[in-house]
Amino acid sequence: MSKLSLIVKREYLTRVRKRSFIIGTLLAPLGLLIYMLVIIGLTSYETGGKLEVAVLDEANMIKQLPDDKGIHYILSSGKSLDALKQEVKDGKINGILRVPPISSMQKKDHTVFYYADSKLAPEKSGAMERKISEKIRDFKIDSLHINRGSLEMLDTDVSIDPESISNVGEDESKYTAGVGLAIGGIMAFIMFFMVLMYGQMVMRSVMEEKTNRIVEVMMSSVRPFDLMLGKIIGAGAVGLTQVLAWVILSGAVTFLIPLLMNVDPAQMQSSMPQGPGAIDPEQAQGDALRIFSELSKQNWPLIVGSFIIFFLGGYFIYASMFAAIGSAMGDDMGEGQSLTLPVTIPIILAFYITAFVGVRNPDSGLMVFASLFPLFSPIVMPFRMAFNPPWWQVGLSLVLVVASAYFFVWLAGRIYRVGILLYGKKVTLKEIGKWMFYN
Amino acid sequence: MILSIQNVVKRYDKYTAVDHVSFDVPKGSVFGLLGPNGAGKTSLIRMITTITGPDEGQIFLDGEKLNANSPEHIGYMPEERGLYKKMKVGEHLLYLAQLKGLSEANARKEIAHWFEKFEIQDWASKKIEDLSKGMQQKIQFIATVIHKPKLLILDEPFTGLDPINTTLIKEEIAQLNQSGISIIFSTHRMEQVEEMCDHIVLINRGRNVLYGEVQSIKNEYKQNLYRVETQTDLPADFSSHFEIKNLEPKAATIQLADESQSNQVLQYLLQQGLRIVRFEEILPTFNEIFIRTVGETGVQ
Repeated sequence: MSKLSLIVKREYLTRVRKRSFIIGTLLAPLGLLIYMLVIIGLTSYETGGKLEVAVLDEANMIKQLPDDKGIHYILSSGKSLDALKQEVKDGKINGILRVPPISSMQKKDHTVFYYADSKLAPEKSGAMERKISEKIRDFKIDSLHINRGSLEMLDTDVSIDPESISNVGEDESKYTAGVGLAIGGIMAFIMFFMVLMYGQMVMRSVMEEKTNRIVEVMMSSVRPFDLMLGKIIGAGAVGLTQVLAWVILSGAVTFLIPLLMNVDPAQMQSSMPQGPGAIDPEQAQGDALRIFSELSKQNWPLIVGSFIIFFLGGYFIYASMFAAIGSAMGDDMGEGQSLTLPVTIPIILAFYITAFVGVRNPDSGLMVFASLFPLFSPIVMPFRMAFNPPWWQVGLSLVLVVASAYFFVWLAGRIYRVGILLYGKKVTLKEIGKWMFYN
Repeated sequence: MILSIQNVVKRYDKYTAVDHVSFDVPKGSVFGLLGPNGAGKTSLIRMITTITGPDEGQIFLDGEKLNANSPEHIGYMPEERGLYKKMKVGEHLLYLAQLKGLSEANARKEIAHWFEKFEIQDWASKKIEDLSKGMQQKIQFIATVIHKPKLLILDEPFTGLDPINTTLIKEEIAQLNQSGISIIFSTHRMEQVEEMCDHIVLINRGRNVLYGEVQSIKNEYKQNLYRVETQTDLPADFSSHFEIKNLEPKAATIQLADESQSNQVLQYLLQQGLRIVRFEEILPTFNEIFIRTVGETGVQ
C-alpha cells in the first residue's frame, strides 16, 4: 500500500469510528423521524371524546349534519332552548348551536349562536362556522332554484405553460422554475455546508498534529505533501460518507413512516388546521404529480456528474487552504482566527450571492461571473445548472475549478511543509507568503 | 561510514543555521551530537532524516546519497515526543511501521516481538492518552526502532524517564548497537556522553568545533591532573614537591608538567613508605570540555 493510501485510510477510519461522527450522522434522520412522528401523533390526537353539540335549526335548512372534526352534531329541532340548556347543565351535551332563520338571500353574513359554559376551541368554532356556511350555501342554491351543474361550470382551473423560443424541443412547465430552485438550492447548501465543515475539520487536525508534535515523527517517514493530501482526501471521504448516509436514511424515514404509522397522507392533510389559503387536497395531489414528472425530466446524470466534480473541486480548493492556515496556527487558536477569514469569506460570499441574487435572477451578470470564478463556482454553478445555463459556461467553469484545485493544493503544500515545523513565531499573512518560496 | 556529512550549509532567510559542517559517523559507533541550544543540531538532524534539504553540500547514508528511500533505513526519535493521543497503541505502531515500509504481516510480527520483550502485551488496545509519560516514551522508542534501521538518531531520549526505564532503554540501545546498528545520540547530558559514546562532534553556532574519538579528545584536553589517595596522612612537605590543586590529609589532586612525571610521583610516595590507596589520571569530563570549547568559541 502506498504511503498516501495508508494515510488516507487512517484519516478516514479514525474519523468514521468516532462516536461524534456516528451520532451526528444518525442524528439528522433521527431528528426527522421524531419530528414526523410528533406531528402525526399530535394531529391524530383526539381530546377525549367528541364535542356533543345540539343543533337548533330555526332556519329549517339542515337535513343532516355528519360528525366533523371531533364534533358530534345532534339535530334537536323539537326541543326548546331552555330544555337544551338544562341538558348542558346536566352534562348530557357540551353545547347548543342555534341557527336563526335566513332573513334574506342577499344578506352576505349570518350570525349563529353557541351556548355553553366551557370555552370553544378556535379549531372547533371555525369548523362549525364553515359547516353552517356550507349548509346556507346549499340552502340558497335550492331556494334560488340555481342549477347545481351550471354552478360547477363556473370554476376553471388555469395553469401556465412556459414555452422556450430558442430551445425548441424543451418542454417546460410552471414547475420547472420551482423545482430548479429546490434542486439548485439544496445542492448549493450541501456544498456550502460540507466545504465549511470538513475544511475546518482538516484545519483542526493539522493544528492538533502540530501541537502534539507527532508531525516531526511523521515527517521522517513521509513527505509533508503526502501527509497533507492524505488528510484532505480522508476527511473528504468522511464527508461524502456522511452526506450519503443522510440521504439514504432520510429517504428511508420518509418512506417508512406512513407504512409504520398506517397513516393516510390525505387524512394527515385534512387534520391539520385549515387556515386561510389552505391547500385543496385534490389540487395538491395534482401539483405533486406534476412536480414529480418535472423531477424525472431533469437530466440527472449530468446534474449529479457535474455536482460531484464541482464538489470535489471546491472541497479540494478550500480544504487545502484550511490545511495551509492550520499549519501556520499551531496551538494558538485565538490569534490565528484572523487567518481563517480569507478562506471562509469567499465561501460565505458565494452562498449569499446564490441565496439573494441567484434566487431572483439566475442568469444575471453577477451570477454568470460567480459561476465561473473558481472560488465561488462550486456553490454557484450547481445552482445555476438547474436553470439550464449555456453548456460552454458550464464546461469552462468545470475546467477552471479543476485547474484551480490543482493549483491551490500545490500552493497549500508549499505553505504546509514550512508551517508545520515552525513553532513560536508569530505568523502573519505576509509571513505565510514568504513560505511559498522557501526551498 | 554509515553517515557522511560533507560541507553542509542550511540557511533560513538571512540566518545561517548550519555553516559548512563536515563529519563522518563510523559504522557501528555510538556517536554523540553535542552542542548548546540553538547551535544548529536540530537543523542538522532534520537534514539527515530528509525532513529538509541542505542548501549546499551533500549527505551520504551508507555510501548512497540521501533519497526518498532513505527514511526506511533511519529511525528518528525527536526531542519533542509526539503520538496521536486517541489512537490505540497496537494500531498506532502498525501505522508507523507500515509508513516505514514494513508489510502489515511483518509489522505485526515485530510489534508482538517488542511487546513481549518489554512485557507490555496488554497495552495493545489502550489509547495513547491513557498511558503515563514513561509508557508513551517506551512506545515511541518501539516505533523508532521497529523497522530495524541502519541508523538510529535519538534526540535526548531519556528526558522524563525514571531510573528504571532509563536503564531499560540504555540496555536496549546497547543491544541494538551490538547487533550492528549505528546510533547518533544528541544530548546536553555530558555524563551520558561519557557513558555511552565512542565518537562525538560538538557543534556551536552552526560550526563543527570539536570532532573525534572520545578517548583521543579527552587526552587532547587533559591537563595532567592526578589524584593521589593514601591510607595514612600525606607528609607535611608534600606540597613543596608538587603543584597542588587540592589538598586533604589523606588525598591530593596534583598537576604535573607532563605525563612522564607520573612515575616520579609513584616513586616518591613509595619512598615515603606510604600505602597508596588510589593513583589515577584525571581526564577532563565532557562537561568541562564542553564548557571550555563553547566558552572559547562563544555562545549565540
